[in-house]
Amino acid sequence: MKFSVGHGKDGAVERLEKRGVTRRDFMKFCGTVAAVMGMGPAFAPKVAEALTSDNRPDVVWLHNAECTGCSESILRTVEPYIDALILDYISLNYHETLMAAAGHAAEKALWDTVEKGNFVAVIEGGVPTAVTGTNNEPGGHGKVGGHTMLENTTKVVEAAAATITYGTCASYGGVQKAAPNPTGTKGVGELFPGKAIINVPGCPPNPYSLVGTIVAFLKAGVPELDDLGRPVLFYGETVHDNCPRQEFFDNDQFAPSFGSEEAKKGWCLRKLGCRGPETFNNCPTVKFNQYNWPVQAGHPCIGCSQPDFWDGADWDGETYMYADLTDF
Amino acid sequence: MSGCAKSGPAVAHGKHDVVVDPVTRIEGHLRVEAVVEDGKIIDVRSSSQLFRGLEIILKGRDPRDAQHFTQRSCGVCTYTHALASIRSVDNAVGVDKHMPHNATIIRNLVMAAQFMHDHLVHFYHLHALDFVDVAGCLSADVDKTAQIADAVAKTVRKDPKFVSSKEDLQKTKDTVKKIVDSGRLGIFTNAYFLGGHDAYILPPEYNLLATDHYLKALHMQVKAARAMAVWGAKNPHTQFTVMGGVTCYEGLTDKYINDFLALYAEVKDFIIDCYIPDLLAVAGVYKDWANIGGTTNFMSFGEFPAPGGEADLNSRYEKPGVIYNRDLSNVMDFDPSKIEEHVKHSWYKDDSPKHPYAGVTDPMYTSLDDKTKYSWMKAPRYEGKAVEVGPLAHCLVNYAKGQPEFKTYVDFVLNALGAGPDALFSTLGRTAARGIECLIVALKTEEWVNDLKENVAKGDTAICKDWDMPSEAQGVGFVNAPRGGLSHWIVIKDKKIDNFQLVVPSTWNIGPRCDADVPGPLEEALLDNTPIVDPERPVEILRTVHSYDPCIACGVHVIDNKTGNVKKFRVL
Repeated sequence: MKFSVGHGKDGAVERLEKRGVTRRDFMKFCGTVAAVMGMGPAFAPKVAEALTSDNRPDVVWLHNAECTGCSESILRTVEPYIDALILDYISLNYHETLMAAAGHAAEKALWDTVEKGNFVAVIEGGVPTAVTGTNNEPGGHGKVGGHTMLENTTKVVEAAAATITYGTCASYGGVQKAAPNPTGTKGVGELFPGKAIINVPGCPPNPYSLVGTIVAFLKAGVPELDDLGRPVLFYGETVHDNCPRQEFFDNDQFAPSFGSEEAKKGWCLRKLGCRGPETFNNCPTVKFNQYNWPVQAGHPCIGCSQPDFWDGADWDGETYMYADLTDF
Repeated sequence: MSGCAKSGPAVAHGKHDVVVDPVTRIEGHLRVEAVVEDGKIIDVRSSSQLFRGLEIILKGRDPRDAQHFTQRSCGVCTYTHALASIRSVDNAVGVDKHMPHNATIIRNLVMAAQFMHDHLVHFYHLHALDFVDVAGCLSADVDKTAQIADAVAKTVRKDPKFVSSKEDLQKTKDTVKKIVDSGRLGIFTNAYFLGGHDAYILPPEYNLLATDHYLKALHMQVKAARAMAVWGAKNPHTQFTVMGGVTCYEGLTDKYINDFLALYAEVKDFIIDCYIPDLLAVAGVYKDWANIGGTTNFMSFGEFPAPGGEADLNSRYEKPGVIYNRDLSNVMDFDPSKIEEHVKHSWYKDDSPKHPYAGVTDPMYTSLDDKTKYSWMKAPRYEGKAVEVGPLAHCLVNYAKGQPEFKTYVDFVLNALGAGPDALFSTLGRTAARGIECLIVALKTEEWVNDLKENVAKGDTAICKDWDMPSEAQGVGFVNAPRGGLSHWIVIKDKKIDNFQLVVPSTWNIGPRCDADVPGPLEEALLDNTPIVDPERPVEILRTVHSYDPCIACGVHVIDNKTGNVKKFRVL
């Protein structure tokens, strides 16, 4: 199959190989993305085409009320590494953690892109909206470049071709929204109903879920979303659906404490607060850092891709992360 | 090096107001306002721009949950807050004295990997672009660069494992050329070095070598993070610590331990063969920066407790201590009762300085025009003094205490630069200290893995001590995080969090003036001899700001001790 890379000035294969990405590596990556997207290996070439087509979209990445964990998470992708792909298939014009310019020079990079239009916005962080300050500013708890995050985000989302909210904070508000939400923080979707917004939640999410979302969007627009705005491709199953400890769950074999013999034997963690059955995410299959995930490391799932997981889950009772959930 | 004559490019004349907002290549939201006169900063305000209120949110919740909330203070300083929180709970309930040895070792190993990841990424991806002109690669002679690469790689050891080849360097040069030719520069858009900048003085070959390593470091950090995930479940945001220990039983098996060793070995080689040599090569060109950006007082909480020594800061491999007035002959014991936080210049209702256990604060924003109250960070002070925390403080305290590895490698770096200890009190010194600490932790890690293996071989496989939550308790967790001294303070009443306070390294460093109007360490450093060549592209401000590796999300918090009804959180 033929595919072009970037502007197609040179052969695609040569461009990627010059970055140390062999064709084999790249197709392996596309195979991984295809698998994560629930497609068979035959779809790897389609993924490759989407990733290396001529139209490199402009992308701006905003940081609002956040911890930068989501930005860190995207640096963890491999096969090939994120630098090769980002240099080739998107033009990342604004990203406060990585970009060389600062201050006015950085702001110009953002607003020039917004003015030009036809870009994809990636948002990290919830948006403070509470009124505060001498001048009664809505969203005054968070500012960038002297303007509120609320003001900046509004301008960007209104001009964007599409917006991807990466992480639970941008998708649904996140940790700062937990009761009593001192800054009136909201998720982006709640603030801009009707705009093309794709939620890719997690705290942080699996970076393949972001790459796969971008691939899907470039190929065919907004992918199928569930009722929480999440791509079904990555959030269609619960953590429990794919948990290797399911047999213990089915046999009511629950570890009673972290220091117990049962915990050592790898029994189910439902009695210690595991929210796998209520949480939609791909952690057990795709894992994190190509190695591990919480239950494999012996710790219950805290439900981090569900809205408002900080304040509870789908059960009645006192809210805390190590609650005994065996009755639910 | 000390007493070297003032040199460097011609500075800007006249008076300029310089505002850098956003400060990029940090974590979080920082605004720096400076007044520059005849090329020198004469006044400055360090202004944190985001408030989230995590401590308000914690009140009334289960103490065991705190670590998950606080870890979201920062995803760059990931794990450090979870560790501080769980240590504060362990300390409050008393299980710290009964911590299984393997739990201490595993927590330390994940921390060691975090140091290796964090310092490496900081040097290359957050700091380097202040000194390295990526576009300057294009005039580099690749053959000459390959020779320099070979020589530079041998700075620390004579048989480096990691040396950039001529092919690597050509590929990197071609990559840069493609980006520049395309006209769409991505993250290099509007970079300060574009078109040339008098303050960027590396020869083209050094620019090419550093850019090549920037790209390679982007790959290497994946491995450092994966090493953390071996026991930590994932990075960012580990999920393996609990009150009384850790949860990762599989982590005691040969497979996990050997996987960690393999990943860690590669990262260690990169630190020895690339990070430290690059640091010394760049520092050797930017020698002026040994006279810029210094501060006065330094504090370390120590880190890497010995097995059995969780409750004793002096058991730690990195030692605690306090130094005043750059006096390395007098290291004082760290006394937690001397910590207070001030709010006169911060966006909180005015109140007298308070110790963390007694903090009472209310957020009160005014505006960006307010020159008196100008930051969401409070001003922590130790015995009323502004103290710097971070790698430089860790190195100075441990060097002064004669800790052997710190003595060896601080001296090694000073000799390599032809400098005396005075050079440490500067932006260059702070930057070098980060590399030194990274190297020392990397070299020690293997021993800690062997300690774990030995325990397991002897049949000790305990990793968690089950413990009941008392009704009332109070405790503190101290961490020397990669950015410096971090402390979490918890008061438990009726088994719930009655009060939770975070005093964070970036607050110590990046915070504003205090009640006595004494500038914070970053402000003091920026006022120390900082030249500005081009007020429109004030890279010199970035060099010193970045030398602190700021984490603003960590540093802004509110200690809320509002008494009120304990909230029952409605389940959604």
